[in-house]
Amino acid sequence: MTSPLEQKKIKITGPSVVTGNRTWDGAVVYRTAKQGWSTALSDAAIVSTSDDARALLAESVADDVGAVGAYIAPVELREGGMVKPGNLREHIRSKGLTIDLLPA
Amino acid sequence: MYAYDELDRTLINERVSEFRDQVKRRLSGELTEEEFKMLRLQNGVYLQLHAYMFRVAIPYGTLSSKQLRRLAHVARRYDRGYGHFTTRQNIQFNWIKLAELPDALAELAEVGIHAMQTSGNNMRNVTSDQWAGVAPGEVEDPRIWSEILRQHTTLHPEFSFLPRKFKIAITASEHDRAAIKIHDIGLRLHKNADGETGFEVLVGGGLGRTPFIAKTIKPFVAGRDILSYVEAILRVYNQYGRRDNIYKARIKILVHELGIEKFAKEVDEEWKQMDGGGLTLDHSVIDEVRARFSYPAYEKLPHMPDELKQAAHDPLFERWRKNSVAPHKVQGYSIVTLSLKPVGGPPGDATADQMDAIADLADKYSFGEIRVGHEQNLALPHVAKRNLPQLWKALDRLGLATPNVNLVTDIIACPGLDYCSLANARSIPIAQELTRRFANHDTAEMIGRLHINISGCINACGHHHVGHIGILGVEKNGEEFYQITIGGRADENAQMGALIGPAVPYAEVADVIEDIVEAYLALRDRPEELFVDTVKRLGVEPFKERVYATR
Amino acid sequence: MRLVKNGRITTDLFVHVAEGAELPGDGAILVPAAQFLADPEAVLKHGKVGVIWPNNRDLDDLVPYLDRLAAVALVFPSFRDGRAYSQARLLRERHGYDGELRATGQVLRDQFVFMSRAGFDAFEVKKDADADAFAETVKRYSVFYQPTGDGRVTALNRRMQLRHSESAGQ
Repeated sequence: MTSPLEQKKIKITGPSVVTGNRTWDGAVVYRTAKQGWSTALSDAAIVSTSDDARALLAESVADDVGAVGAYIAPVELREGGMVKPGNLREHIRSKGLTIDLLPA
Repeated sequence: MYAYDELDRTLINERVSEFRDQVKRRLSGELTEEEFKMLRLQNGVYLQLHAYMFRVAIPYGTLSSKQLRRLAHVARRYDRGYGHFTTRQNIQFNWIKLAELPDALAELAEVGIHAMQTSGNNMRNVTSDQWAGVAPGEVEDPRIWSEILRQHTTLHPEFSFLPRKFKIAITASEHDRAAIKIHDIGLRLHKNADGETGFEVLVGGGLGRTPFIAKTIKPFVAGRDILSYVEAILRVYNQYGRRDNIYKARIKILVHELGIEKFAKEVDEEWKQMDGGGLTLDHSVIDEVRARFSYPAYEKLPHMPDELKQAAHDPLFERWRKNSVAPHKVQGYSIVTLSLKPVGGPPGDATADQMDAIADLADKYSFGEIRVGHEQNLALPHVAKRNLPQLWKALDRLGLATPNVNLVTDIIACPGLDYCSLANARSIPIAQELTRRFANHDTAEMIGRLHINISGCINACGHHHVGHIGILGVEKNGEEFYQITIGGRADENAQMGALIGPAVPYAEVADVIEDIVEAYLALRDRPEELFVDTVKRLGVEPFKERVYATR
Repeated sequence: MRLVKNGRITTDLFVHVAEGAELPGDGAILVPAAQFLADPEAVLKHGKVGVIWPNNRDLDDLVPYLDRLAAVALVFPSFRDGRAYSQARLLRERHGYDGELRATGQVLRDQFVFMSRAGFDAFEVKKDADADAFAETVKRYSVFYQPTGDGRVTALNRRMQLRHSESAGQ
């Protein structure tokens, strides 16, 4: 598997965050502006340039005791500063399964 | 059922201790993720979208009731109360915490369950078919050989870091229910002209980005030579398989690039030099393994018990019996399939409560044994026919008696984008919708045997290439689209399906499948002609026309 | 890097000769394969010689010299690259090599058992903590399913022995 850092050309197309899974329990987490990880998307540090994205990713990947599998994910910025997941995959990671587990 | 002895149990426990130490070193930071990843994969621990996923081994799909209860316990205690049975006869838990895994593994080890090599670049579960040992007409129980191979390839010092994963499947029946032709090594147990038991050995099958049907490398290898021969194949693969590109690293690529003749020559040369290599199996060794498989003390029972005659008046029971009950090699017994494909449900899942209930039913009606099939259903392999009516009532109450085995709603699906970080698109909601569209059992019976396979990405864990109808999730401009193939087969006549046209969006998939089925009903030359045979007879064009006429 | 040999951290008596470099005057040397094969007789005059063999090359060209070599070093460019395990077993079990067999490259604790079983008896261990843990780590397992050249009795054989002693005792 290619490390995200090996992608020299990290190009983002809009506001983005760094996300991964918490090491000890696998919970979905987002990199905060204070070198931490939070399960709340609203706590995530938002980057808008490819350089910033690359830098944020680099320091996130270095913190693999906190979380693993870090990568850059798109978000949508709504009115009032609300942050929403930027694609279906991130929506599922943030909100959970799209299916009913029992026969419906 | 194979009885683990002290040696087997010791090995599992030593493995659990080792993993506990590795997890500790990971959480402390002594091991980086890069160093840890391969170690956790070797214990079946993946990182998925929401959480870690834990794949537990069910060797050749055989479980005792005690083991199934422990799996239920793990589902409750360490996960969210359910598990998913896979296309390789294993079980997956989707919400496990890494920090708790060593404890979960220790609890599983107590009943002889492990997760060794359910992932990683090593030998995976050696699968067979879920009717092994009880199906009529088998040469002998293929699970004996699965167990011999399992032991040989577990923590094998030479082959734990192969170029890529390695999967073996064994069949001992004319009709291949184990899909051996889509495996890295497929073994067909049979007797040669001299009455000797041995294997036709096939190599280089596999799906994914570059699907291949396995080719015969040797028409007959005697049973006593199978370990040395497999070792020769693995050694050639270990040394020459590609390691520069993970998409070209499976043995199927090596076989394809060398050609089967050249590859066979390499293997034969190595095999000759090995000269047995201490791996020639003595009769006594094979008998030793065979002896540790216990079989039920079957009673002498009539072919048609009264209980069955009476229950025949109940049309619902009869419908289930005709669909889900298969002949057993011992008179008076039958093999019962438990459908894990309820209408509207995620295919292949079982709740902890269901698992406990199935364990109880297994104790009562199946000598404490359960089987897992690669179609993601379960089976009770030793049910006395006279008990079928009672069993059916119990299964029906549990939602495990949907009479749809091998029918259009018996869908094989990978977890897809709802769970899996590799996926492009979701597969479970597609499956759920399809079961709703075809929920009418009369309709499903009228359609007949029809295997739908759904994969959420090209890695093909849903085996879509070999589905009668195959559905593959792809991504187009950030939206979920699906490519549809028809005419694939996974059995002894294995072949890949053919694309019927351009990919369709998520919302249209169920409509397209309905159109394909309608086309089949109009085109089949008689009701008994199966979907897959109509496709073979007429090709893709007539289906293509009808489906894309209005699109 | 620490060298572990015969289960203990020891001083490395061998000097790694860099690709294309001149051979040092005396002492034990580990020479890259290409350099060795360019003029094996000249190199062997140095006395204690070992060869570093790449993991993507067949052993055939090395085999004629095995009985004159003090060491063979095999390579794990990444711990995930398992080719050297096959090379090790072939050297020990097929070609009867009994000199020092050294694991180099990315050599980590969790591969020690596999490496020992494959025939390695010397390890250039990447992390000091791993080297310190060597003795304890190789004791992790007491049950082994498959035979290798390490002489350990396999589970199958132990069972057969048990059976025979049971029936003999009857």
